[in-house]
Amino acid sequence: MSGILSLATFTPLIGVVAILALKLFARADDPRTASAVKWIALAATLATLALSVLAVVRFDPSQAGFQLTEDAVWFAGLHYKMGIDGISILFVLLTAFLMPLCIIASWRSIQSRIMEYMIAFLVLETLMVGVFCALDLILFYLFFEGQLIPMFLIIGIWGGQRRVYAAFKFFLYTLLGSVLMLAAILAMIGIAHTSSIPALMAYHFAPGVQTWLWLAFLASFAVKTPMWPVHTWLPDAHVEAPTAGSVILAGILLKMGGYGFMRFSLPMFPDASAAFTPLIFTLSVIAIVYTSLVAFRQTDFKKLIAYSSVAHMGFVTLGIFSGNLQGEQGALFLMLSHGLISAALFLCVGVVYDRMHTREIAFYGGLVTPMPIYAAVFMLFTMGNVGLPGTSGFVGEILSLTGAYGASTWAAIIATTGVILSAVYALTLYRRVIFGTLTNPELAGITDLESREVLIFVPLAVSVLILGLQPSLVFHFTDASVARLVANFHPASLM
Amino acid sequence: MSLPPGLLSTAGIAAPEIILAVVALVLLAWGAFQGKTGLLFTLAAMAGLVAAALAAALGPLGRLFADGLIADQGAVFAKVFIYGASALAIPVGEQWFARKGITGFEYPVLVVIAALGMGMMVSAGDLISLFIAVELQSLALYILAAYSRNDPKGSEAGLKYFVLGALSTGLLLYGSSLIYGFAGSTRFSAIAASVHAGAGTGVLFGLVFLICGIGFKVSAAPFHMWTPDVYEGAPTPVVGFFAGAPKLAGMVLLARVLTQAFGGAVDQWRQILIVMALLSVGVGAFAGLAQKNLKRLWAYSSIANVGYALVGLAAGGAAGIQSMLIFMVLYTVDVTGFFACLAALSKDGRAMESFDDFAGLMRERPGLAVAMTVFSLSALGLPPFSGFWAKFFVFKAAIAAGLAPVAVIALVGSVVAAFYYLRLIKVMWLDPGVGTTDAPPAVATAVTYATALFAFPAVMIALIALDPFAHTAAAALALR
Repeated sequence: MSGILSLATFTPLIGVVAILALKLFARADDPRTASAVKWIALAATLATLALSVLAVVRFDPSQAGFQLTEDAVWFAGLHYKMGIDGISILFVLLTAFLMPLCIIASWRSIQSRIMEYMIAFLVLETLMVGVFCALDLILFYLFFEGQLIPMFLIIGIWGGQRRVYAAFKFFLYTLLGSVLMLAAILAMIGIAHTSSIPALMAYHFAPGVQTWLWLAFLASFAVKTPMWPVHTWLPDAHVEAPTAGSVILAGILLKMGGYGFMRFSLPMFPDASAAFTPLIFTLSVIAIVYTSLVAFRQTDFKKLIAYSSVAHMGFVTLGIFSGNLQGEQGALFLMLSHGLISAALFLCVGVVYDRMHTREIAFYGGLVTPMPIYAAVFMLFTMGNVGLPGTSGFVGEILSLTGAYGASTWAAIIATTGVILSAVYALTLYRRVIFGTLTNPELAGITDLESREVLIFVPLAVSVLILGLQPSLVFHFTDASVARLVANFHPASLM
Repeated sequence: MSLPPGLLSTAGIAAPEIILAVVALVLLAWGAFQGKTGLLFTLAAMAGLVAAALAAALGPLGRLFADGLIADQGAVFAKVFIYGASALAIPVGEQWFARKGITGFEYPVLVVIAALGMGMMVSAGDLISLFIAVELQSLALYILAAYSRNDPKGSEAGLKYFVLGALSTGLLLYGSSLIYGFAGSTRFSAIAASVHAGAGTGVLFGLVFLICGIGFKVSAAPFHMWTPDVYEGAPTPVVGFFAGAPKLAGMVLLARVLTQAFGGAVDQWRQILIVMALLSVGVGAFAGLAQKNLKRLWAYSSIANVGYALVGLAAGGAAGIQSMLIFMVLYTVDVTGFFACLAALSKDGRAMESFDDFAGLMRERPGLAVAMTVFSLSALGLPPFSGFWAKFFVFKAAIAAGLAPVAVIALVGSVVAAFYYLRLIKVMWLDPGVGTTDAPPAVATAVTYATALFAFPAVMIALIALDPFAHTAAAALALR
């Protein structure tokens, strides 16, 4: 059945319609309404997960091109065109996988305006799945830019103390990047007379034009990824967002930058990408070292993990622009793995934040005694974040660095120190929160994970371990598409 | 009895104007003799506008009175939307004035007369008929702006509008006289021939004055000074009316003058338009940041939006004019909805106009708050709302015409403007509420919901029809 991608994309909207219908017929103050809203949201996200798994089953990994495509003529030469290849399929699955966990994670912690909350998340899921499936530039832009609205509301309504500031900063930073990309998109349509992504991948833009287009796309993707020095919105947004919002931000929204580089910058502007590789390498290396050091100095639990995300994204951009097979595969794998691990780490923060309502690292300490299960879970994901062999974090980092080494020895060497630094800040965090003696009297009554929370962590832990031990599961899908990507891209040899 | 030859075909081509003129005069007499009027009166005015729209859409095309009235595809396109927007403005305004206790039968009559003037503007092919049309609609609008006679702010708005409007009329006339003096004709086609033979300084001087005069009518910077004051003081539904349709008419008129009379001077007027467009976008974005009153804010928003439309026009060619037409239609729908929503809301009988009044609206009136959010995001140009599509066409045309730097500056301006649209959303969604709003009137609410549904999601289907319609219209208006 063709149309499965559209179905997967728009199934969350069916949930939205159901919630709105419920709102018309049920009393808002009835506790059963709130509960029904949550169940509808969970059902819609699970249905999306089922559909995306179905899409994976129907996907033929041996082909490099786009599959399960749908195409309908729209207006002004635009098309409603969907399809996935070995790169985007990972992100569709990741999105569909994380969303039910987000809904469950919000089950208790969100008390006010639950209806609007669930609608915002479901709309967001539609837009996120749509971004990865869209094969028309304008359609892509619709999904890409549309996410600003629900995310603005999620941070702004259900966020922490400085939520309004964080929401505005997030929105305006991202918007500025995106309008430049919009200008580039319109220029591409004007030059190539098509907005179809596969057609544009085959189109060869003049090198002078490529430079401008590449820079405009960089403006958008660099903010989204985020790359140093335009990463400053991220710590604010992460810290203020509710737990599930942080999970989505770190798990999926950040990946759109890397995805954009792989989908647009490399295949469509290969000459410019090659020419700008030194710039990207420099920014990535700075991001890795600088933000790792910044992360070490944080006193806020969430902010530390946010900075660690920026550092990891540095490895991703390094891998992408290395232009070789290992680099691309590593970057993809790292994005997938980071999507799981950072999501889990933010959920770990959420667990203690729900209980104590503070994110100060100094507030905690000695949690291993009252919360042994939590300590074990947190340990696993900390190790994944550090890149311990056996977890998915290791595979991505080692491949990205290998790829970077193939392109530039110096960049790889400096970036490798980031691996050590990540161990420093992550293990220090772990020690300060989990080990030591329980000195804070307010922590006396803290309880360990309840079954709902265990239910969230189990799938994440299992997938981090499986991917770490059997990475070929992923490469099985990505091999053909990545090989095609690399074959069309010849970076200028660096040092 | 036999009719003079050609009278029937003349009546067919000028049918929309004839219908509106007759309806306006009949209503005037009816109101004058009956005094207090009822629902039937309102419906008659609306029916007249709908009939005129149908007559424009279905009637024959042609030229009359030595090009004094041109009914081509471009005029038809503009008239359908102008008459439609005018018809919508009547019931919203009637209900609003009734709630304010302002009686009087003139409101629908004035709207019909303004619509007649706007229809003639988009059909004008001669400087004389251009002037008559512009003045006809302007005079009706001056009165409408001061329609709340006992409200000092309203009277001030009307007076300001009138005085500054008179100045722009002077510019318009002065420009026309220069053009006539140097080109030897008031007819667009004759001016075009003269310009093609070599545009002298005199004609270009006249053109500059002409552009300034029309720029005033569409409130493009630097001729925008009247807009915030008039928007703030005039009755809300009246603002909704004259923020939309008259600007569409003004832009179509500008397009026709520039292409059909001054097509040979495209390089000269393009520079003027680009400067005006960028100034408008800049003024709209930066001055809007300081506003506390929503009507003033939307005045600056409309200045910025006219700037975007001018970018499309500056792109020139059929694609540029098409983008401008689509932009203005989508913007008209947007602004109609926004002011209908504003007209629907009140607290203890007092109009809600400041940001603070909107605090917590999402909890109290979620439907209207969501509609307001849609209009704000659409004006911000965020996909997938109608404002995005409007900008999409404009910037696509501009970039294709080699105006990429202009497009980029204008787009960055929209990021600045995003701040104030977001602030409105923040106030409605995030802030705690104060006080309770009154029950909204039915008509304004219905118009609000209908336009909000158009802005999203109906626009994405409507454009499938609107795009080719604008295409044929633009072909008629474009350079030849």
